[in-house]
Formats: sequence, C-alpha cells, structure tokens
Amino acid sequence: MTLGFYPGCSLKGSSREYAESVLAVAKTLDIAIQEISDWNCCGATAAHNLNRELSLALPARILALAEKQGLTEIVVPCAACYSRLTVTRHELLKDPALKARISEINNMEFKGNVTMLNIIQMIDKYVTPVLESRVIKPFDHKVACYYGCYLVRPHEILNFDREEDPQTMDELMLKIGAKPIDWAYKTECCGAGLSVSRTSSVGRLSGKIIGDAKDRGAEAMIVACPMCHSNLDMRRDSINSYLGEKVDIPVLYITQAIGLAVGIDRKSLGLQRHFVKVTV
Amino acid sequence: MSSDLHHSIPAGLGSEVFDQTEVKVSRCYQCGKCSAGCPLSEEMDYPPSLVMRMLQTGNKEMEEKVLRSFSIWVCLTCEMCFARCPMSIDIPKMMDFLREKALKERKSNPKAKEIVAFHKSFLDSIRYTGRLYEIGLFADYKSRTLKILDDLALAPKMLKRGKLNIFPELIHDRSGIASIFRKTVKKNLK
Repeated sequence: MTLGFYPGCSLKGSSREYAESVLAVAKTLDIAIQEISDWNCCGATAAHNLNRELSLALPARILALAEKQGLTEIVVPCAACYSRLTVTRHELLKDPALKARISEINNMEFKGNVTMLNIIQMIDKYVTPVLESRVIKPFDHKVACYYGCYLVRPHEILNFDREEDPQTMDELMLKIGAKPIDWAYKTECCGAGLSVSRTSSVGRLSGKIIGDAKDRGAEAMIVACPMCHSNLDMRRDSINSYLGEKVDIPVLYITQAIGLAVGIDRKSLGLQRHFVKVTV
Repeated sequence: MSSDLHHSIPAGLGSEVFDQTEVKVSRCYQCGKCSAGCPLSEEMDYPPSLVMRMLQTGNKEMEEKVLRSFSIWVCLTCEMCFARCPMSIDIPKMMDFLREKALKERKSNPKAKEIVAFHKSFLDSIRYTGRLYEIGLFADYKSRTLKILDDLALAPKMLKRGKLNIFPELIHDRSGIASIFRKTVKKNLK
C-alpha cells in the first residue's frame, strides 16, 4: 500500500529542507510515498481565525482529493496542517449536516475514510521497525525535543501523546543514539502565526524555549513543525536580543536527525538551508 | 445532581457563543488556570479568564469590550488554556468565533491591525493560486500595513538558502478554490 503525502505550503517554500529530509529518509528506507495531486493550502491559522466554513472547506477538499486518488492513509509532516486536517475530519464526521454543507461548498464529496499520520506516527509505523539496524552514525548529542502545540493539542481530537510532557519524539531520539534532555518548554508555544505581524512576541516566546534548552545543556533542538522551525531558526536574531546573548544551538527537523544517523549526506537533508549553522 | 443545573447561560453574546460553538461560558468558575498558562496573557487587555467572566455577566457593555478587545486577536490558539481547564471549556474555539464576529461587525481592535492584515493577506494569496505564495504574502501584507522596512533583510537571506519561490505554485483547479472562497467568505475580506 502506498502512503499518501500532503506536504503543505511551507514544505514547498520556506521549509523545503523538511520535505527534502522526509523524502530522503523515505527513499533510503524504501517507504513508498505518493504526493496528493493538485492539493491546496489547508488555510492554516488565517482561515480558522477569520472564517470557520473556509477553515473546514479547504482541508476537506484535500481529504476528498486523497480519497478520490485511492489513498487511505496520508502523512502530514507539518504539525499545523496535521492539526487542521485532523480537526476538520473530526468536526465533519460528528456532524452530518455540516459534512453535507462542506461537501456542497467544495462540490466534492468528503467521506472521511482517509486517516492522517503526523511525522512521529509515520516514523513509528514505517521507520522504527527497521531503524536500529540501519543506524550507521549514531546521533550522539544532547537534544531538546520540542513538540510545540499542534502535534499534541487538543488531545481530545488528536489523541496523540501527552499534551504537556509528550515522550514519543524523545523515544525516537534514543533509538538513533541521541540523549534527550528533560526540560520545561516541550510544548510551550513558539509564537507561530505572529512571526511576521508581531515579531517581538515571537522573540519573547521562542526566546524562553531556546533559553531553557541552552540552560540545560542541549546541543541541538529537534522539531517536527515548519512554523516552530522558522521561529526558532530564522528568528534567532529576535531571540538573541530577547535573551541578551548569542545562542547558536541549531534546530533540526526530526527527519534530518534520523537522516544523519542512517548515513544520508547533509546536502540531501537540506542542512545548508538553515539560518543557524548546523554544527552537530 | 446534574452539574449543569447551576450553569444557566446568560442571554446575549454568551448564548450566541453556545449556539455557534457549544461552548458554555457559564461553566467557568474563575480558577484562572487559563490566564496563568496563556503565553500571551501579559500582552492582552483582558486575560482569558476575564473574557469568560465578562461574557458571563450578560452585560452589553462588557460584551462590546470583548468584541473590541486586543486579546481575541493576540490569542495564538496554542490550546494550552483548553488543555488545563478543569471544566474542559474549549476557549480557543470560542476565540475563533469571537474573531470572526468582530471582523464581520468591523469591530476588530486597532492594535490588531497588523495581525488581521497578515491573515487577510495569507487568505488572499491562496484564493488566487490555491497555495501560499510567500513573496506575494509579504508584498500584500506590506501594502496593507505600510510596514515596508520590516523583515527587509530576511528576504535575501531566504532566497540565498532556497527558501523563497520566485514564482507562485499554481494548482490546476483554481476555479474550484475561487468558488470555495465565494461561497464561504461572502464579502471580500479586504
């Protein structure tokens, strides 16, 4: 069975190294992945902030497309897209009238028989079984696993890991030889959607996250969300001015860390694209 | 005894919130955990627990203050309040409703101008291409806010690292996307 793939907009632009590393790991470990064709943006924060129907219609179109293309399971590496798709599926399946209304708006029937995997679930299901035998270069570093918001909340709908002290990413890091640290900001918000419109807030929120990771000796931050990544990496100047010091801990996507451990070259993983130089 | 016996919903905005979102503001007993855990409460005019209290009063003036507040726009929907609420009140869902209503009634807080402009520019970008076009988003946002100089240094650094597409990615079914926008966002969000 082929695993469907919804990259989302960030992975085609500002976070293309996330897509590169997901696809490189999948290719190296022989996991067949098929991108949903003609997919649209999920609407992200903007849609649910301004218009509820639009915020359900856009993800429903994506899911309907996947259904039409015969996919039954899709991986959604962007935590924000994963959250929007999962919340939409949940809302439409519990309310048949709403489901009918959204299908009519989209002029495309949404049935609800495609399930979503976030990147950690995908790795757990398809990568973990072969991972330990494939590690040739253990990722021997102290890492701060940063989950952010959208992977774990709202727990009632996502039903994935613990909402304030999740462990799944930490366990995966152990498998590639890393040493996950115990720290306090695993699921605190990085400032996400305010990155452009209120950069100072992002400097403060992301600054606390980087500050705690640094105080506890992390050598790298591990993330699974393009928004977390862009705030912690591209906004490092704002973070450093909030912290009043220069902190140069690099931020890696979980698939980049795994990629390094299984011997994929740095360029194929897009490590050269980061703002904060990846020294690990 | 049903715990809901004591939770009558006041008329007005609180009952509108319930009708549209099933969120009962009357369930809140003001423990304040939402405000304590909210990463943005220090930047808000009214922290989340106070918003709940204001809606509980059913007082028109209070409701108006909520709709015109900065709080509802600076809320990031990080869902921490909902995770920690002992009464499982879905505050983020209520915030989405309040934002949409404030926007429709043209009551969005002036301090939130940039935040609202960013969301509108974002949606405008996908309305025409189906996917987010980051350069278009930046340009549209700057034209709305006149924040021409902000982040000017960021674009060349992103380009150098291959993080910005010069041209938008156009999906085939753009008419389908345009139709979704016509049916949902009835009025232009401009």
